[in-house]
Amino acid sequence: MVRSEIIAVKDLVKHYKEIEAVNGISFSVMEGEIFGLLGPNGAGKTTTLEIIETLREKTSGSVVVDGISLDADPNSIKQIIGVQLQAANYYPNLMLNELLDLFAGLYNTSINNFEMLSLVGLETRGKSKYKELSGGQKQRFSIATTLINKPKIVFLDEPTTGLDPQARRNLWDLIKEIRSKGTTVVITTHYMDEAEILCDRVAIIEKGKIISIDSPEKLIDNLIASGFERKKEVKSANLEDVFLSLTGYEWRDQ
Amino acid sequence: MEQNKKYSQIRAMKAIAIASFRSIIRNPSAVIFSIAFPLVFIVAFGFINGNSIKMEVGIDPESDTTGTIYHSFISSPGITLKQNLSTVELNERLNRGRVDAILKFDHTDETGLEAVEIITSQASREKGMFVRSLITNLVDKQNLEYYKNVSRSIDSSTIAVARETTRPTELRETKVTGREYKMIDFILPGQLGFSILSAAVFGTAFVFYSLRQTMVLKRFFATPIKRPYIILGEALSRLVFQLLGSSVILFIGHFVFGFTLIHGLWTAIVMLLLSALGLIVFMGFGFVVSGIAKSENVIPPIANIITLPQFLLCGTFFPIDAFPKWLQVISNVLPLTYLNDALRRVAFEGAGLADISTQILILVLWGVVVYAAAVRFFRWE
Repeated sequence: MVRSEIIAVKDLVKHYKEIEAVNGISFSVMEGEIFGLLGPNGAGKTTTLEIIETLREKTSGSVVVDGISLDADPNSIKQIIGVQLQAANYYPNLMLNELLDLFAGLYNTSINNFEMLSLVGLETRGKSKYKELSGGQKQRFSIATTLINKPKIVFLDEPTTGLDPQARRNLWDLIKEIRSKGTTVVITTHYMDEAEILCDRVAIIEKGKIISIDSPEKLIDNLIASGFERKKEVKSANLEDVFLSLTGYEWRDQ
Repeated sequence: MEQNKKYSQIRAMKAIAIASFRSIIRNPSAVIFSIAFPLVFIVAFGFINGNSIKMEVGIDPESDTTGTIYHSFISSPGITLKQNLSTVELNERLNRGRVDAILKFDHTDETGLEAVEIITSQASREKGMFVRSLITNLVDKQNLEYYKNVSRSIDSSTIAVARETTRPTELRETKVTGREYKMIDFILPGQLGFSILSAAVFGTAFVFYSLRQTMVLKRFFATPIKRPYIILGEALSRLVFQLLGSSVILFIGHFVFGFTLIHGLWTAIVMLLLSALGLIVFMGFGFVVSGIAKSENVIPPIANIITLPQFLLCGTFFPIDAFPKWLQVISNVLPLTYLNDALRRVAFEGAGLADISTQILILVLWGVVVYAAAVRFFRWE
């Protein structure tokens, strides 16, 4: 199956005053895939993402999103993408329904708040204030706001950082569900298990450069082919499986 | 398809204005500072009404100031003289209650009487009465002295001598029916002006600082709304909230404390228009503060540097006339002075927008300066 390219990044460079955060990155994201940007903290994942999201000026290079050039028409790009930011917040005193009204207005669209909240398992919290939510709920709400404009691409920046195992698993299901409706997902993470389960392809970034890009399976096969062996025999379950089988897979709301 | 429709910035702006308004009304400190605080001051000052006996007395420019009564009068305590004003100006001030009484001393009366004319006004009834009783006392004393001298004299030559030293004095009295100028008429506009200043500076500074810091703004940037519309939306909600607050203050002031609104509702509307202008100008200070503040803790001190001097020096509590000249120079530079002054003129004297064009112009000039600074210091990220 040949899929068309929805994001094309070419020779992207971002220099801050002294730091070279992104140092000539090129990659493509295919329509309908979950694409992961992996790398340690400070590798340039977030900077790369924020340039594509129109939130940051680039130093040089080209970015084309769904055929729209970032330089020519950033505002049209904003209309077809959904963005979840690391550590972004909302008016703390507003109820979720009111915040959804706000974002519906910002995207010039109208939505059914209940349906939108149901997507992320918050259908009973429409009248709760944002500040009353738990960390995982805030993260899910944040993802809900990315879906309001029925975007072609959703960007998720470390969506599972700081969440408990249940919340993480359920967020994975949510992300897969978003993709199953045809939405392309670009995600950054530094959890490799997450990337392995979710991503169709990943790019590994280190010091502002892509050092490897392929499907997780292929990358693992390549490593094994090079003679790599884990020191310890892997059991067919790990501690997380134990934890989840003991505590259940359900959302933990409080 | 939805995205092919023309994107409306106005619709997006309205969404921000509504969200921001909801956020403001759930913030107890906004409600307390904008409405409760000024009302407390109004109530407090409404009750200590007239406790200070400081009288401003106009001396008619045609007065003969060589007489004895004049000299005893000016050495009475609590009297501030207004001597260099024309009769017309004095009458105007009397009408507004800015002068408590006008005195005209007449020494060279051909009947040989020394005369004092006093004009008082309802605009300052109590203080006018006070001046009147003060001058009556002096006149009575002088007359008593005169008759003592006369009755002690035996022949006509000593009577003439007695007449040289003391003369009988006549008190002629006029009352004009100026409007009654109450304490509330002074206090309320000042409180209104100050609540607008503090809400604009503190509210704007805190909101934009925290929206920036908690990345609410950044999330907005990822939507198609343009940045100026984010500011417009936020400003609009603050404007609506503050005008509602001002309306409540005017309503309670008028119906509970008898605040004078000369042309009724129309006066209230002009006052609200002035409030809106003041708010827009003062919000510029807030943008500057939100930009230069490096942490949330430094917002209150910086904002206080802007608001406190104006609180004290711009006629919020004390008339500027009461300050020494050098201090008045500072008062006459600060913008709140002009907002307070304009509000008072509109409310009590029935001034129209044209009559306060100077005040409006100075406020607009301040706006230009402050927003130039805001453009320089405001930070989005």
